[in-house]
Amino acid sequence: MDYSADEIMTVSAARMLRNGAVCFVGIGLPSKAANLARLTHAPELVLIYESGPIGAKPSVLPLSIGDGELCTTADTTVSTAEIFTFWLQGGKIDVGFLGAAQIDRFANINTTVIGDYNRPTVRLPGAGGAPEIAGSAGEVFIVLRQTQKTFVDQLDFVTSVGHGQGGDYRKRIGLLGGGPAAVITDLGILRPHPTSKELTLTNIHPGVAVDQVRAMTGWSLSFSSNLEITPAPTTEELTVLRDLEERTATAHGATPV
Amino acid sequence: MARILSLADAVAELVHDGDQVACEGFTHLIPFAAGHEIIRQGKRNLTLVRMTPDLIYDQMIGMGVASKIVFSWGGNPGVGSLHRLRDAIERQWPRSLAVEELSHAGMVQAYMAGAAGLPFGTLRGFTGTDLPKVNARIKSITCPFTGESLAAIPAIRPDVAVIHAQKADRLGNVLIWGIIGVQKEAVLASKRALVTVEEIVDRLEPPPNACVLPSWVVSAVCLVPGGAYPSYAQGYYDRDNQFYQLWDKISRSREEFLHWMKVNVLAASGPENFREKFSNLERVA
Repeated sequence: MDYSADEIMTVSAARMLRNGAVCFVGIGLPSKAANLARLTHAPELVLIYESGPIGAKPSVLPLSIGDGELCTTADTTVSTAEIFTFWLQGGKIDVGFLGAAQIDRFANINTTVIGDYNRPTVRLPGAGGAPEIAGSAGEVFIVLRQTQKTFVDQLDFVTSVGHGQGGDYRKRIGLLGGGPAAVITDLGILRPHPTSKELTLTNIHPGVAVDQVRAMTGWSLSFSSNLEITPAPTTEELTVLRDLEERTATAHGATPV
Repeated sequence: MARILSLADAVAELVHDGDQVACEGFTHLIPFAAGHEIIRQGKRNLTLVRMTPDLIYDQMIGMGVASKIVFSWGGNPGVGSLHRLRDAIERQWPRSLAVEELSHAGMVQAYMAGAAGLPFGTLRGFTGTDLPKVNARIKSITCPFTGESLAAIPAIRPDVAVIHAQKADRLGNVLIWGIIGVQKEAVLASKRALVTVEEIVDRLEPPPNACVLPSWVVSAVCLVPGGAYPSYAQGYYDRDNQFYQLWDKISRSREEFLHWMKVNVLAASGPENFREKFSNLERVA
């Protein structure tokens, strides 16, 4: 089956999630990928949304982080204070799944402003749950489209910490979670180098040229010596994803991003 | 004891110019009708506190009721930007807006500290981020037992909390269910609390452990069916996702925004059945 760049990004992100993992899900692309995983290879994936639902099993993708569908399909719904205090900070989350507006070579992310904080060119929505998800989750996956605007040499604002300035930065500043383990884009998959923690391209999607990835990265990107080609989405993965998107469009009158 | 009041009377009595106001409701049960009444009564210089400003604060900020906002995520959920919030921050329209920005985890700790009668909340948070550089009220504290450095946030103690709930009884006890967000924390942290409800019943009959706000922590209960529209009330009506998408267009230009607010909010006399009325009004598209 033919597929789009967005579809292989979503499918690749979904494949990252192992069955049975407890996943704290951001809205948008992370939520789409996490639900695809739950509907394919990871039926026992536990989805936790910051609004309070634990074990949500939505049949359509939520448009907002607090849609009623998340609550009615959840094992339980707790207060927002409890979600952040007991479940995230308490160390119950295996995987944090985030999006971003800007990312740098150490997978630090910006969702706050473009330009100066006090005189911003573009005011973005802000932190939400991301800083503490990035800090406390066992590991973090980040999914976003790769462009010169999103993969930048210098963040305008550090909203959430990835690997900081690299190396053992997270340990030095006392972050308990493992930090970003993979960044999944529409061009490939990047993983932090084992010691320097700089993002390295480890997978490239079929039909994408290395120069294309380089051109869409705002720093001099490192490539893995055994760069692998991402397996193409299977018919099952694509069918389930498209059904999910269709059900969602019917329910909301539009497809969420 | 809570008194059962009309929304107009409750807002006039409980919300004053210059107050710190927390209209809470995490995507669910957002108190839109109460927000509109605050706009209609022309309140000024409010400090608006809310984790997710949503359309309700976009409208209030665009109409000039606020001088400051305290928040942690300011987008139109599932759609994009809040254009009125951005216009206020980026171009000081209709007036300048002071910003105090936190993360969700920081904000829930600040509300819990307020409700708990503590001076500050503490958490493992903000480490390595730029937020403490732009918000001087995010500080750190050393754990006296382990030596670990933790973030400290001053308690949020609003003058008035404004929330929407499903039900109250005639004594003013309030029952709320579904995604309950930080409504309980916000009410218990505040000096006064205004609660709009879908219905007032003879007997509340809450199941054990339900989220109930006893009448004696609530100042006023107002019957406003549909008062959370275009957000939703679990068990009553769904979120109007298409309105959230439409808002993106309405709110992009100052003129279209002002016209829409004039027709749909300022000219509305008062919400007897807010959702029904509102849904039937011609949408500026």
